[in-house]
Amino acid sequence: MTGNISEAVLEQDLASLPQLKGSLLEGRGLKSRIYTGITWLLAILASLPLFSVLFMLIAEGGARISWETLTELPPAAFEYGGGIGPAIVGTAVMVGIGAAISIPIGILAAIYLAEIDPHTKLAHTARFLAKVLTGFPSILAGVFVYAALVVAMKSYSAWAGGIALAVLMLPTVILTAEEALKQVPQRMKDAAYGMGCTRAQVIGKVTLPTGIPGVVTGVLLAVAGAAGESAPLLFTALFSTYFLNGWEGLSEPTSSLSILIYNFSGMPYENQIELAWTASLVLVLIILVFNILARVLGRQKY
Amino acid sequence: MNATAEAVTSSHPAAWSVDPKETVMDCRLKKIFYGDFLAVRDSIVPIERNKITGFIGPSGCGKSTVLRSLNRMNDLIPIFRFEGSVTYHGQDIYDKSIDPVLVRRYIGMVFQQPNPFSMSIYDNVAFGLRLNRFKGNMDERVEKALRSAALWTEVKDKLKNSGLSLSGGQQQRLCIARAVATEPDVLLMDEPCSALDPIATRQVEELMLELKENYSVALVTHNMQQATRVADTTAFFSVDISQGGRTGYLVEMGETRQVFEDPQAELTKEYVSGEFS
Repeated sequence: MTGNISEAVLEQDLASLPQLKGSLLEGRGLKSRIYTGITWLLAILASLPLFSVLFMLIAEGGARISWETLTELPPAAFEYGGGIGPAIVGTAVMVGIGAAISIPIGILAAIYLAEIDPHTKLAHTARFLAKVLTGFPSILAGVFVYAALVVAMKSYSAWAGGIALAVLMLPTVILTAEEALKQVPQRMKDAAYGMGCTRAQVIGKVTLPTGIPGVVTGVLLAVAGAAGESAPLLFTALFSTYFLNGWEGLSEPTSSLSILIYNFSGMPYENQIELAWTASLVLVLIILVFNILARVLGRQKY
Repeated sequence: MNATAEAVTSSHPAAWSVDPKETVMDCRLKKIFYGDFLAVRDSIVPIERNKITGFIGPSGCGKSTVLRSLNRMNDLIPIFRFEGSVTYHGQDIYDKSIDPVLVRRYIGMVFQQPNPFSMSIYDNVAFGLRLNRFKGNMDERVEKALRSAALWTEVKDKLKNSGLSLSGGQQQRLCIARAVATEPDVLLMDEPCSALDPIATRQVEELMLELKENYSVALVTHNMQQATRVADTTAFFSVDISQGGRTGYLVEMGETRQVFEDPQAELTKEYVSGEFS
């Protein structure tokens, strides 16, 4: 009797063994593969605009790249040859001015927000304003500096352009630098305090050096963004077809890559249009270089 | 018990009396507040020269708070308030004229989580020396400190490597080397072995026994067996809930052997026999 019962039980057990073999086209396996496929498709779709723009710029602007193009003055109407030299210098100088203003102020602000008094009303307000200003319309930065500086100086200038860029760069620098400094582990700072550091020494010897890679990333991304700005330069630096003329030149209208692209692409001359393509390619390459630098330098050394 | 638990103050019969010539730090705290919260009260804790003084007790009894009060680390917490005195080389370090930053330069601290700086091993050890503007032979002092921490042979060929590239036990020994590089006379260790595996723990414990020849050590540990292995003197803290809050206080202090084998207070007896933790 016991034997029969156990046999019956055994048969039932075998019949309900789990079905372990996977199946390509059935049930959960299929759904998973479909979703993975859709994700791949969307990723490719999302990268299409980026790669097509890059491809188009290389195709159209690559032909004209040469030492002459990168260094010569822009051509006048009906002229042949010429280059975008002043625009490259102008962009570099104005981004440089913007960086010289926004980086020190931004890092100091980040130190205040991350280390010195993170929870006061002032800190909360400053942080909120910085976040709001990251979305500030760039043309308004230009209008603001126009009213504040261009009118007072009675001239468009590289200074005004640089300051407008600084206004746009500052929120990014502050917020990314603050995050980078907050990443420094509290226990490292405790160790520094334990060794008898004043707060300034903790910040200078431990927090900043440890957080520098993240700060550099933020700064370089802000710089890359500023290099491509056009609207704020419209009302502040305007444009010029000449190289910057020493220190006085900084108080005069200054050329820039973005405005050159804007102006030349609207002209009916093929020479100018070709140069606009080349300038676009150069601008994209500059931004690419900064982004790569940001990633490389942003890697933690230790 | 409804009565306030008795703390060991100088009038208490069980007060641990030490020859003042052998006391390198004398903590006489009346009250420690975090804001309105009374964290610790009424404890007299002398730290003896060239001995290891262990602080034991259940969690929340304030042993880490008391330890951190010895080098004014708690000052970093804005709502912290200390009433009482901590005498170090004849001066009360809580006096208004004393700069806490200078106090911390004379007292070394090792934390629960190993926390080397994000720099090379050499720079980690040299940090305190550079901070104090040491003008002598830096290489020599770094080697001496690493030898004191029993780490020299393992790292002598890779002093330029990052301090963070070491294993947990090695990192903690690096932190000890860093703390002793400036040759302070007191070393505070806040559960230095909690984050380490048993073998690394053994190594750090053996290290502590060597260190006491040159340093006076105050050690917080939640591991009673560690206290029996390593501490010469043991201070047992506990929590007083009779007044509605949770306030730590010193229950008993004495030679380790006596505290564990012949405790005077009932609470001590219960704790060391494992009845609560």
